[in-house]
Amino acid sequence: MNAIDAAELRRRTRDLLAAHPPADTEPADFLKARFDAGLAWVHFPAGLGGLDAPRSLQSVVDAELAASGAPDNDPRRIGIGLGMAAPTILGFGTDEQKRRFLRPLWVGDEVWCQLFSEPGAGSDLAALGTRAVREGGSGANGEGGDWIVNGQKVWTSSAHLARWAILIARTDPALPKHRGITYFICDMTAPGVDVRPLRQITGEAEFNEVFLTDVRIPDAHRLGAVGDGWKVARTTLMNERVSIGGARLPREGGMIGPVSRTWRERPELRTHQLHQRLLALWVEAEVARLTGERLRQQLAVGRPGPEGSGLKLSFARLNQEISGLEVELLGDEGLLYDDWTMRRPELVDFTGREAGYRYLRSKGNSIEGGTSEVLLNIVAERVLGLPAEPRDDKDVAWKDLAR
Amino acid sequence: MSTLDDAPDLLYSETEDDLRAAVRSLLTGRGDIPAALDRAESGAPYDTALWTSLAAGIGAAGLLVPEPLGGQGASHREAAVVLEELGRAVTPAPYLTSSVIATHTLLGCGTGDGGAVAKLLSALAEGRTVAVLAVPLSTGPDAPLPDTAPGAAIRAVADAAIADVLLVIGHDGLYAVETAAPGVTVRAQTPLDLTRPLSTVTVDAAALTAGTRLADAGTAEAAVRSGLLTGAGLLASEQLGLAEWCLEETVRHTRERHQFNRPVGSFQALKHRMAQLWLEVVSARAAARNAADALATDSSGVPLAVAVAQAYCGRVAVHAAEECVQLHGGIGMTWEHPAHLYLKRAKSAEIALGSTGSHRERLAVLTALPAPGRPTA
Repeated sequence: MNAIDAAELRRRTRDLLAAHPPADTEPADFLKARFDAGLAWVHFPAGLGGLDAPRSLQSVVDAELAASGAPDNDPRRIGIGLGMAAPTILGFGTDEQKRRFLRPLWVGDEVWCQLFSEPGAGSDLAALGTRAVREGGSGANGEGGDWIVNGQKVWTSSAHLARWAILIARTDPALPKHRGITYFICDMTAPGVDVRPLRQITGEAEFNEVFLTDVRIPDAHRLGAVGDGWKVARTTLMNERVSIGGARLPREGGMIGPVSRTWRERPELRTHQLHQRLLALWVEAEVARLTGERLRQQLAVGRPGPEGSGLKLSFARLNQEISGLEVELLGDEGLLYDDWTMRRPELVDFTGREAGYRYLRSKGNSIEGGTSEVLLNIVAERVLGLPAEPRDDKDVAWKDLAR
Repeated sequence: MSTLDDAPDLLYSETEDDLRAAVRSLLTGRGDIPAALDRAESGAPYDTALWTSLAAGIGAAGLLVPEPLGGQGASHREAAVVLEELGRAVTPAPYLTSSVIATHTLLGCGTGDGGAVAKLLSALAEGRTVAVLAVPLSTGPDAPLPDTAPGAAIRAVADAAIADVLLVIGHDGLYAVETAAPGVTVRAQTPLDLTRPLSTVTVDAAALTAGTRLADAGTAEAAVRSGLLTGAGLLASEQLGLAEWCLEETVRHTRERHQFNRPVGSFQALKHRMAQLWLEVVSARAAARNAADALATDSSGVPLAVAVAQAYCGRVAVHAAEECVQLHGGIGMTWEHPAHLYLKRAKSAEIALGSTGSHRERLAVLTALPAPGRPTA
C-alpha cells in the first residue's frame, strides 16, 4: 500500500509548477494541468482530479500553489458546481458522467446552476411538482427512454450563465412526496428551457425563474436510481450549507468590517447607544469567525462537527443586525440608496456595495439555503436529539397532498 | 497536524481529553449535588477530600507551575479543561482563585533563588496550601485595585474562607500573609453563589509587616494584573462548562417531560430556544479555547482574546442557566433541583473578574472603536 503523504503531495505539486510555470502559462491551461495531475481535490479518485489521498492533505497542495502565485479557479463564480454538483456527481454519478462533467466543472469552463426550489416548494422542498415522464425506450416500463420535463423552478442563481443544471423532478406522483423524486442533469441549452430574470428587493436580478416546457433529458443524464432523487438531493443540500458557512475570514472580514471603518473615520456619527450595539456585535462577529475557524480545524483532522449548520444561522442573524446598525449610524446618508438600476450581477458581492444594499441583501441570508426556522428545527432534532415535529404528509401520496 | 498559518489551536489535544476524563470521573463519583447543597447550608461548602484528590491526586493544582518548582509544567489550555469540568459540576473548589489567579500572580513575582515565592508556588502546586489574592471577586484586569491601607476591609474575596495564605497588595509591594496570623480577620458573607463563598478580609498593619514581602510595588501591580487577566480568560472555560451542562440537562428533561400528550421538547417554540442555546454554546467554546490558547502561547493577542471571551461567555452562561430554569418549569424553581446552583454561579461569574460591560469597554480601546467624544486610539 503506497499511501500518499504530505511529502509526496508536495513533490507532485512542485513537479506541476515546474512543468507549467504560472508566470508563462494561461490560467485555464494551468488549471487543466492541475486537474490532470490529481491536485484539484486530492481526496477524489485518481483520474477525476484527485489521488485518493486524505482530504486533510489538500491544504499542503493549496499552500504550495498559493505561495507560487498559481491561478485559482474562482470558487464564487463556480460555487454551485464546485460546492454542490461535484460532490453529488462523485457520490452518485456513473463513471461516464464523472469523466464527462467533473473536469470542465472544476476548471470553470462550464458553469452549473441548481434547479431545486419551486414557487410551491421552498422550505418544504420535497413537495416539488415539476414532472418528469419517461417516453419511448425499449423496456416494459419505458426503460432507457428519454425523460420529458415540465414545471417551474425559482431562485436559480447563475441560470442565465449556466451550461448545466442539477435538477430534481417528480417521476411518480402516486408515491409519498419524498419517494417519487428523481435527480437529473439538465442541459440548459436544450429547447424548452426558458430563463427569466427575477428582480429582487435590492433592485437587481441575481436570481432567475426557469420555466421548463417539454424539456428532453436523456436517461444517461439521470443521477442515481429512478425514485432515489431525495436521497441524492440530500447530499447536495448538505454540501450547500457547508459551503455557505465555510468561507475563511480575517478579523473584521465580514459585514462588521465596513461599519467598524465608518465608526473610526466618522466621529461625528457616534452615539452611546450605537456604541454599545456595535461593540456587542463586534464581539459576536469575532466569536462567529473563531467558531468557523474551529470547524475548519475539526474538518482538517477528520472530526467534522455539526457546527456548519449553526454557522449559517449565526452569520444570517449577524449580517442583518450589523447592516441594520450601519444604516442607522449613517443617519441622513442612511436615507439614501446607491442605485436601483436593474442589473444581472455575475457574482454576488455582499459587502462591495453600500450600507443600504447590504441591509436589504442580508434579508435573504436567513431564507436562502434553508430558512433559519427550518435550520433551527434541524439542529434541535439531529444535533440535540429532540423529538421530531408531528407530521401528516409522510405516508400520503404526493398527488393527494393539499396544495 | 498543524494549521496553515499562525491561527490559534482551538481543538482539544489527546492529553487534554485524558485530563478531562480523569476530572469528570472524579467529580461524577464524588461531587454529587445533594451533598454539595448540604455542605453549602452548613457554612462549610468545600469537600476537602475532593479537593485533595483533584489538586494533589490528579495534579490539577500544579498545571500552571513549572516542573522545577514542583508543578506539572502544563499550560493554560489544560487548566481551562479542568475549569470546564468544574463549571459543569458547579464544584465548590478554590481552583480558579488559588490554582489560577494566585498561582499566576506568584509566577509574575520572580521565582528565582528558591525564595519565598518559589516555596509558596511549590506548596500550591502540591495542593497542600490554598492561597487567594485579596481583592474583590468583581475586580477586572484593568480595574482600580482595592484600598491598600492596612486595616481597610476588602469585601467579596472569593474562597478566603478556605485559604491558608492571602496575597495582600500593600503600598510597597505584594505580601503573603497567613490567614491564621494575628491581625487577620476573614468574616464570611452570604454569597449569591453558594458554591463560591465570599468573605470580608481585613489585614492590619502589624499583620502585613509580619507577612512575607514577595515583590516590590511595580512588580506586584504587573503580577496582579496578569493574574487577573489570566483568571478572566480561563473563567470563560468554567462558564462554557456550566452552559454545556445546562443545555444538556434541559434537552434531557424536555425529552422526558410530557404535557399535552407530547414530550415538551417536541414543541417548536422550545426546540428553537434550545437550538439557539446550542449555537451559543459552540460559539462560546471557540471563544474560550481561543483565550486559553492565547494565554498558553503568551501571544500578543491575549488582552483581546480574553476581552472577547469574557464579553461573550459570561452572557452565554447566564442565558443557558436562565433557560434551564424556565424550560424545567416548576421544578426548576425548587431547592432540590440543581438548576439554581448553576444560575447563581452563572450570574455571579458574569460579574466576576470584570463585567460584560467592562470587558466591552476594554475592547473599545483594543479595537480602536472609541465611545463618542473620545479620540480614536
